[in-house]
Amino acid sequence: MLQISKLHKSYPIGDSSLHVLKGIDLSVEEGEMVAIMGSSGSGKSTLLNIIGMLDEADEGEYVLDGVPIKNLTEKKAAIYRNKFLGFIFQSFNLINYKNALENVALPLYYQGMNRKERSEKALFHLGKVGLKDWAHHLPNELSGGQKQRVAIARALAANPKLLLADEPTGALDTKTSYEIMAFLQQLNDEGKTLLIVTHEEDIAAMCKRVVKLRDGVIMEDTRVEQVRAAAHV
Amino acid sequence: MFKFLFDRDTWQEVWDSLSKNKLRSILTMVGVWWGILLLIGLLGSARGLENSFNRLFGNFATNSVFVWGQSTSKPFKGFQEGRQVRLKLSDAKKVEENVEGIEFVVPRNQNQATVVRNFLSGTFMVNGDYPLLDKVQKKKMMRGRFINQTDIDENRKVVVISEDLYKQLFEKDAEMIGEYVQINGMNFKVVGMFENGNVNMGPTSDMHIPFTTFQQIYNQGNNIGWMMITGKAEYDIEQIENDAKLILKNLNHIHPKDNRAFGSFNLGKEFAKVTGFLIGMQFLTWFVGIATLIAGVFAIGNILLITVKERTKEIGVRRALGATPFEIKRQIVVEAVFITLLAGFFGILTGGWILIAIDTFFGQGEDAVLVNASVSIAVVFIALIILVVLGTLIGLIPAFKATSVKPIEALREE
Repeated sequence: MLQISKLHKSYPIGDSSLHVLKGIDLSVEEGEMVAIMGSSGSGKSTLLNIIGMLDEADEGEYVLDGVPIKNLTEKKAAIYRNKFLGFIFQSFNLINYKNALENVALPLYYQGMNRKERSEKALFHLGKVGLKDWAHHLPNELSGGQKQRVAIARALAANPKLLLADEPTGALDTKTSYEIMAFLQQLNDEGKTLLIVTHEEDIAAMCKRVVKLRDGVIMEDTRVEQVRAAAHV
Repeated sequence: MFKFLFDRDTWQEVWDSLSKNKLRSILTMVGVWWGILLLIGLLGSARGLENSFNRLFGNFATNSVFVWGQSTSKPFKGFQEGRQVRLKLSDAKKVEENVEGIEFVVPRNQNQATVVRNFLSGTFMVNGDYPLLDKVQKKKMMRGRFINQTDIDENRKVVVISEDLYKQLFEKDAEMIGEYVQINGMNFKVVGMFENGNVNMGPTSDMHIPFTTFQQIYNQGNNIGWMMITGKAEYDIEQIENDAKLILKNLNHIHPKDNRAFGSFNLGKEFAKVTGFLIGMQFLTWFVGIATLIAGVFAIGNILLITVKERTKEIGVRRALGATPFEIKRQIVVEAVFITLLAGFFGILTGGWILIAIDTFFGQGEDAVLVNASVSIAVVFIALIILVVLGTLIGLIPAFKATSVKPIEALREE
């Protein structure tokens, strides 16, 4: 469902430029759960941003679900993001003056769904992450784990083909991290495709495939025996 | 596009982001609120002043000129200079017939007279007048009537007295209609009483008797003291004055360039000066008001710009979730317009209260400085339209700023 070939990206720094991605070839099938690993500066976040259409590659091809992602206008990118992708961020990125339900409903709002339908759907997804009773709480009334679950519900709300998680457990303690991973595994079991950027070995071990990046190239791409997070909670 | 303006969600979004930071929103509004308050307050006061001027002039047909005879300053057709010029009834008739744009010509006579009633007496100005005077110089009748045509036709000995004269010659609360007063030893029946105006334009008038009666008792023949010429509203009163004088010179054998033969007082010209002053003041008011409004709207733009900076990350999140740049811009512009309009609305409301206060303290009674200080609905609408336009324009700046940052950079910001 995702094919990337010969992807290059460089950022200008002053007069020179920094070559971050140096020809990435990656292909992800539906139902996969891929960890992208690498030290900081390896280009893993840049790769995720390009996959997330938040950034554009200088060279190379990127096809998502049969749609070539090339020369997108901001508007088109926004529509694709809304339709194909769900984002989960390290710092949750919930809108702090909106309650959990409204946060989850936001992607549906941008889809143009009416209010009632939106609320129902958002509530359903909040229920899935076990936060139905917290629907009307503001983010600052929630714990870190709860916030991330709201963010996951929000990423799921628009029923995306691909979930992109950028260090989803980076701001959480180990126990909460495993809870979140258990939940992400459950989503994968249900058939969702996940791409998770992390630099933690134990988190990567909970995925089905690990892609290791170093200095802008893929060093290693291995399928691993998935460690079930639920066993560690 | 317009569907979205009636969408509850749009306003929910606006309300959420504005009520999230109440203090900031309120501070933002102060500038526009103050501007519109000033505009409404000043315009209302200017209107009040205009109204009070209009009330002063209101009893006069302002497009008028008074003309009287003086003495010639140039010899002409065998006449020596220094000849007394006396206007006649026929002159008034000729002016009315021959000058273009005339509404009325009212000949008048005036003299001093001793008025006696019972044991009280006083010296007053008595005027010989036609009923038409009431058209040019509206008399506010408190009791009875003004002179009518029958009085003229029958040379009746009737008099219309002023409130002042009544107060001097009658006991308090005494009935005056049907009573008699002696003018120069002759009995005149009182048929009406009028209110003394705020200002006396031209000669004072204490009482009016029929023109024909005046002619008789003062033995005036066809001489008149002066004539009041009123032009139709669309005609220039100065032109009428010049035309009338030229005809009068011709009729009275006066040198066409003799400027001293007739005296005149052009009410229209004086009135135009006041009107000009009022227009100037209104212009100033609009200028000050709108300048303040613009300053206020700029303050809104400024604060929205800061707000957008603060919300960079939120905007990034929204874009990651699928908000198009247009949706983001629209949101910010709507916020700008909404906050501008809300501030404007409060400004209009408080401006209205101020006008009510002005009316209570300065607008009551006969000699009020500001009469009915108010603004028209049209002005309020114009102000609101200006606010919407300025709000939109100023909102575009932060809106473009908000979407100029790439979502990735916005998200990276901590």
